[in-house]
Amino acid sequence: MTDTAALRHYTVGVLVANEPGVLSRVSGLFSRRGFNIESLAVGPTQDRTISRITLVVNGDEAHIEQLVQQLYKLISVQKVQVFSRETAVERQLVMVKVAADAQQREGIMRLADVFRAKVLDVSRSTMILQITGDADKVTALLELLSDYGILEMVQTGAVALERGETFMSSDLFD
Amino acid sequence: MKLSGAEILIECLIEQQVETIFGFPGGAVLPIYDALYARSDRISHVLTAHEQHAGHAADGYARRTGRTGVCLATSGPGATNLVTAIATAYMDSSPVVFITGNVPQSLMGTDSFQEADISGMTMPVTKHNYLVHSVEKLASTLREAFFIAASGRPGPVLVDIPKDVQVAETEYVPLSGDALIPPLSAKHPTVQLRPSGEALERYKTKAQPRLEKAAQLIAEAHRPLIYCGGGVILSGAEAELLALAERVDAPVVSSLMGLGAVPATNPRMLGMLGMHGTHAANIAMQRCDLLIAVGVRFSDRALGKAAAFAPSAKVLHIDIDRAEINKNVTTTLHITGDARLVLELLLSRVSRKHHELWMQQACGMAEDYLTDSLFEPRKILKTIAATAPDITVATDVGQHQMWTAQHFPFIHPRQLITSGGLGTMGYGLGSAMGAAAGDPEGNPVVLITGDGSFRMNLTELSTIQHYGFPVIVVIFNNGTLGMVRQWQTLFYGHRYSQTTLDRGPDFVKLADAYGIEGTRVSDLAAFAEAFAKAVRERKPCIIECMLDIDEMVAPMVAPGSPIDAFCLN
Repeated sequence: MTDTAALRHYTVGVLVANEPGVLSRVSGLFSRRGFNIESLAVGPTQDRTISRITLVVNGDEAHIEQLVQQLYKLISVQKVQVFSRETAVERQLVMVKVAADAQQREGIMRLADVFRAKVLDVSRSTMILQITGDADKVTALLELLSDYGILEMVQTGAVALERGETFMSSDLFD
Repeated sequence: MKLSGAEILIECLIEQQVETIFGFPGGAVLPIYDALYARSDRISHVLTAHEQHAGHAADGYARRTGRTGVCLATSGPGATNLVTAIATAYMDSSPVVFITGNVPQSLMGTDSFQEADISGMTMPVTKHNYLVHSVEKLASTLREAFFIAASGRPGPVLVDIPKDVQVAETEYVPLSGDALIPPLSAKHPTVQLRPSGEALERYKTKAQPRLEKAAQLIAEAHRPLIYCGGGVILSGAEAELLALAERVDAPVVSSLMGLGAVPATNPRMLGMLGMHGTHAANIAMQRCDLLIAVGVRFSDRALGKAAAFAPSAKVLHIDIDRAEINKNVTTTLHITGDARLVLELLLSRVSRKHHELWMQQACGMAEDYLTDSLFEPRKILKTIAATAPDITVATDVGQHQMWTAQHFPFIHPRQLITSGGLGTMGYGLGSAMGAAAGDPEGNPVVLITGDGSFRMNLTELSTIQHYGFPVIVVIFNNGTLGMVRQWQTLFYGHRYSQTTLDRGPDFVKLADAYGIEGTRVSDLAAFAEAFAKAVRERKPCIIECMLDIDEMVAPMVAPGSPIDAFCLN
């Protein structure tokens, strides 16, 4: 079924009931059905009874169709939407601790400038940068920073919102 | 009125018109058993010897009656003993509500005595589950649980109730009829009722383009074949399926779970499909040009090599579970919905067709598998069917199960109760007693089992004896784990690693120990006599049939091979 050439990243938004165990239900589904999650981000929404999960998964079209349908079988799931690059904005946040002595500091700050990264902390031999953006931008900056030596890093999963006047709501099934 | 959580639970069971439950008491469900004691006039409780078999009994009850089964167990080991029963019900879409007690919430998370995270453990094998945190939510949770278990594609739901919630009191308002339907039904796609009124009109409008396309596929087909699954039985679509087969002039094949939907006596019925399918069914599948699959999930045991399955067919898939579409087989067209409703709507658009040649080809392949050995499984099964053609048949898992599926002519839906998806050895006796408990007329149930499977559940002989459940236990004793041995013979060079059961118990003495009649037979005449007597007497009993160790299930297709590439004939 899987043609490796057809594999790509999909970003999926899931509205779920904000109740204990819901994250286990969703993540358990992924592991037992063999879906490959790249990242997962979860948080409450403007409606306190609903949480929103954003998943980035690797697969082909058939995988994604299965994933959406399997998600809908979870009683806690209220809406699922697959986002496309064209119609949605997507962001993730990364914090990187880079090796940086006095001489290197300026070069790193120039890079940060170009990528609109923020400097969060500076010490004698290190700096912490914060980068927000889509996956491509983050990867590009990390690549450049690796020349200086990345000591530690942490990143959130991607989150995504559809552009324009459409939005995910839980009233799909009316 | 103010009631305790335990009392509310019992009242909610009465609301759902539950008459019989299966279970086993323990520390964390003492309040529930106390409340049950007070209402024993309304709910009868079957006490099993082990929670697993209480779970299988509730499942067997559900499969036989079409009503939701209920099983009750205590926390910790009581709850974990249910896991196999829950998974069995889940794989075969059987509606069962499992209720467990848990330790008080003040002790949760402290590894307290008999504490287990059963809701965490059963997430992958339940349609949904609950840990009830407050007594105020108990009644609505139970109503939701019953609704979810039975609606859409049915399945098990677990409700875990901590002991403090059982003891706490709150106001309880009894509900009945439509008031019992929880609000979530309107919002969730997988727990819909069969649509009626306005919802039906909306469904019809939405489904119309697909129904028309389906009718067109059928009109264009020259070699249509209907593949009937357990979903047909769950939705009660047997008459519509047969009407479609007649209208379209198509033969029918069945999954294991679909057996009985179309009577084996109907000439259109080619039998079971798959690894141990009939020649006729498997070959028809490979030759058809349109496959109309209804209420099936295309299990690997039915498909063989998926890429070589029904190579010349367009696939029209009708199922209530959208996630089954394009999961194992890519479809040409699908219609999601209740099988009975979809077939009803489809029938009104399909005109009469004639496929004489195809029907002759497909139905002309029926064969006789009778082997020479004197006392063999098929003859026993034919004898059972001749004596009691409409008897409910439960099985365990293994060779005896496949022989039963192949050779017992099932003539009505819900006649066969078997663990198809999970393949649970030890399912049989529990499910048979559940089926017996669900029959107010006390008709006998025959359990076809093997010596291997039966050793996994024989502890429940005490239960069938005590309640007088008329379960006729027919043990196919070949002194081996026959199906595993068959694979060892065929694929592992006759190396019989850990499959020979050259040990006890003596099943006749065992029957005696449990206070029921046991008979050992080695020829057909003795079997026929013992079985006829058992049917007459309507009492639990054991008939042990001594069979040859090398008897095999044929036909057979090796796993991963195309289903017309038989390795055993």
